[in-house]
Parts: sequence; C-alpha cells; structure tokens
Amino acid sequence: MNNILAIIQREMNSYFRSPIAYGLMAFFGLITGWFFYVAVAFFMQASMRSAMQGGGGPMSVNEYVIRPMLMNVSVIGLFIIPMITMRLFAEEKRSGTIELLLTSPITDIQIILAKWISALLMYCAVLALPLINILVLFAFGKPDWKPMLIGILGLVLQGGALLAIGTFISNTTKNQIVAGVSTFAICLLLWVLDWVSSFESAAWAKVVSYMSVVAHFEPFSKGVVDTKDAIFYLSLIFLGLFLTARSMESLRWRS
Amino acid sequence: MIKVEGLSKRYARHVAVDNISFEVEKGKIVGFLGPNGAGKTTTMRILTCFMPPSEGFAEVAGFNVMDAPMEVKRRIGYLPETPPLYPEMEVGEYLTFVGKLKGLSGTDLAKRAEEVAERCNVADVRNKLISKLSKGYRQRVGLAQAIIHNPEVLILDEPTSGLDPKQIIETRDLIKSLAGDHTIILSTHILPEVEQTCESVIIIANGKVVARDSVENLTSRLRGAETVAVEVEPRSGELDSGAVQAKLEQVSGVSRVVLKDSKTGRSYFEVESLQGRSVRAELARAVIESGWNLNELRGVNVSLEDIFLQLTSADQPSKGDA
Repeated sequence: MNNILAIIQREMNSYFRSPIAYGLMAFFGLITGWFFYVAVAFFMQASMRSAMQGGGGPMSVNEYVIRPMLMNVSVIGLFIIPMITMRLFAEEKRSGTIELLLTSPITDIQIILAKWISALLMYCAVLALPLINILVLFAFGKPDWKPMLIGILGLVLQGGALLAIGTFISNTTKNQIVAGVSTFAICLLLWVLDWVSSFESAAWAKVVSYMSVVAHFEPFSKGVVDTKDAIFYLSLIFLGLFLTARSMESLRWRS
Repeated sequence: MIKVEGLSKRYARHVAVDNISFEVEKGKIVGFLGPNGAGKTTTMRILTCFMPPSEGFAEVAGFNVMDAPMEVKRRIGYLPETPPLYPEMEVGEYLTFVGKLKGLSGTDLAKRAEEVAERCNVADVRNKLISKLSKGYRQRVGLAQAIIHNPEVLILDEPTSGLDPKQIIETRDLIKSLAGDHTIILSTHILPEVEQTCESVIIIANGKVVARDSVENLTSRLRGAETVAVEVEPRSGELDSGAVQAKLEQVSGVSRVVLKDSKTGRSYFEVESLQGRSVRAELARAVIESGWNLNELRGVNVSLEDIFLQLTSADQPSKGDA
C-alpha cells in the first residue's frame, strides 16, 4: 500500500512539475468556460422570453445548463485523456526507470493500479475546473445537486475507462507521441461509434453502438444511474488494466 | 549467496545467455567481464527478477527468482546501466521515493536516506534537481538508491561507464567499501577495473561462461605471455622488413612476429612471446647485432579483445559477432 502511494505521489509530482498539468487545465478551463458562458446566455434569453410570454413554469437550470455542460465536458474529456496517459509507461520505458519499478518488491498489479489512479486523479483535477463554473450557479439559483453529482460520477467512470485503455497503450511503446496519438484515435473512435445507430438497426450496428463510450454517459448526464452503463465502464476499466498487466508480462519476457 | 545453474535466455532470433552456471559466496565482489552483447546485462536482469529465464535456475539468498521474486527483490539492490533516475525530482526526494518502493517507512526511511546520501557523497546535492546533476553525481545517486534498503546482494551493471577518471576511481573505492556488508556482482568490459575492485571474475562471451577464476590467477595467466612493440630503422639505406622479421622470429621465446606498419624506411612489428618468457633483452640484442637501429621497444597492454581471443579460441572457434 505504502509503495502504491509512493508511486502516486511521484506521478502527481511529475504532472505538476511539468507544463502538462497546467497546459491541460488552462485548455480545459478555457474551453469549458466558453461553453458555460454560451449555455448560461442561452438559458437567460430563453427564460426571459418564456417569462414575457407568460407560459409554463420556471425553466430547469439542470436541464438547460448543467446537463449540456456535462455532455460537453465528457466529449472534450476524450481529447485530454491521451495527454494524461501517454507518458505513464512510455516515459519510464524510454528513460529506463521502468527497471527500478520492475526490480522493486512491488507487484505488476500494484504498479499498474498506482499509475492508473494517478492518471484518474489528474483527470479529476482537470474536471474540477468546469465544476467551479457550475458551483457559481448555486450562488444565483437552486439547481438540483443530486443529478449533478451523478453526472460527475459518470464523467469519472467514463474517464477511468478511457484512462485504463490509455494506460495499456502507453505500456506498449516507449514513444510518448505514438502512445498519445493511438490513444487519441481510439478515444475518438469510441466516441463516434454510436453514430451508426441513427441509420442502421441491424444486430451488428447495435453491438457497435453499444461500444460507444459517450452513449453510455447520456443517462448519467440526466441523473440516472443505469447499472448496465456502470457495468460497461467498469468492465472497460477492468479490460484496460488487464491488458496492461498482460503487456507488462510480455515486456518482461521479451525485453 | 548467489547460485546460478544452467541458466539460458533465448529470444526469437538469438540466444542471449546460453546455459551458464556459477556461484558467488557471501561478502565477495565478483566481476562480470565481457564485451558488449555478451549476455552480462541479461544475466543481471534475470537475477534481479526483471525478466524470467527461458531455462535453468537462479537463486539469490536462498530464494528462487521464479518462485519467490518478491523475496529476491527485497534482498537485491540493482543499478542498471543507465541509472533509473527521474530528472524532475530532487535527490533527497528521489532517495525517499526509492526507499518507500523498497518497503522502508517512517524514521527508518529518513535515516537510511540520510545514510546512503552521506556514504555515496551526494549529501551536498540533496536539494538539487536530478536533471541538473553531472554524470558522476547521477551514477552515485544511482548507487545510493541501490543500497538504500541495505540489500544483501548488490548488482551493478557497468557502474563506471561514461565517468571521467577521477569519478571512476571514486566509484571504485565506494564499491570496494561496500563489500563485506554486501555481496556484489559488477559487470564491466574494462579489465583493469576487475583487477582493482574484484576478488574473482567470471568471463562471459557469446552468452557462455568462458572463464571463472580469482583475479590473481586470471591475470597471471593472461599476462604470462607478453606482447612487445618493436620499431626498427636501418642505419643507412633501405630496410628489408622481411629480413628483420626473420631475424626477430629466430629469437628464442618468440611465438609470433607481425609486421604492423612500414613507412619511410622504418618498420613496426608486434612480437608475441611464449608463456612466461621475457624476450625484450634478446630482441634488442638481435636488432642491434644485425646492424639496425632500435627506435622503440615497449610492452603492449594485453587488450580485452586479445584476452577474449585467447580464452575463447582455446575451446571453440572465436566468433566475429562477440
């Protein structure tokens, strides 16, 4: 346990002592800030109009601001995941520090978990920025916080799943760029897979669209925890980490 | 302390380590000598549980590397060829990190980090970033991380490569001072290094152990036959290299004469003597008495390649890809 914490601490240090963490946070903060501004402006205009026409009840902040915001964050998250995971193992393999880890009294599973948890923590740190925007809403209105929390849970699960895949890809190469680009390609693919469901309803299309990560996030953004979506993410996390463990084993036999 | 039997490591296309066996006693410093690509690093990686062997058996401190890797790793300190350093960390911080990885904690950890920093002379750069350190310091930080958990066995892969002469001497002294508490295996391709630091030596070439002996025995065996460089000049006129060569070959105790170079009337030869024979005086006399000038006569250091040729040609034809 102690050694897992040591690795996590080192990883976090290395994120925050390089420009990576700040670059990611600045990029993410800027872009989600823009989305937030647009969503709020739209919401204000729409609610003013509906008040003038005197129709219907008050509009829901959750439905018009928080949910689109969470959906957007989940998509932009796809772009930052490769940047978080690409160096995880690739850098250690390139610089030779992997030899220290693999010859220390610590199991492969512990190393992989420590790496994945660090990536997840970094991802959460980046996610915290749009949350500041959302918290501002609490100062001016009364959004429902329960669906929001479920949305955040969904974001963390989705992030965890993609980070696990990124961890695996980073383990297969010593080149960070290769790791980053391949992870990005996979994230992008997993996002757009469900587009097929809009024009095709055959069994294969259902299977393909089921594999889309963003489709499974939608219920979360509405504040619904569906076990099947949670299981989808959890099994993706398991698959990613399992593949990393296999890749690590093959590294030991081959290198 | 270390026992290796019939160890092999095969890759898809080549054999890195081919059926090697050796034993190292507790508290000894053993040199692992061999040219690049001989299988030194592979053997060390197997001993440190970095990779499993394809075949055979290796035991460290009574634990098998295949069955009890955790126990082996706890008892081994390893310095790979490139020290495993994180450039963005400070030295003290790095040593604490490695200590935690090796299972130390609390006051014990702080004490050990302090001790190894003092012992390896890196205490003065404790608050410096590793990326700012010179090569010598990095190597010493690498050594410090290898001994932080006070391992019974230390495995050092080319600990002096890339250092300047002063740093090499410092590192060697440091390694020598570590013997006794630790059993040490160090690999190198530099012969004097083995002579100066190790008690016994294992020579490995093409994945096979070609010699295993104490340093005294081995060096006397290797240094018995000497090679002498001779430069001859005619007193006047042209020099007939063939005649000089024939004359040198007649000197008793000479096993081989090679004409190395011949220009502007001078000829340069390398003369090898038979085992245990000193031929310099005889050579000098032979040249002078034949009416030539002797410009130079000096002993040539036996290079590692020669040693390998000598050792490997005895029982197998030497391969070019060693």
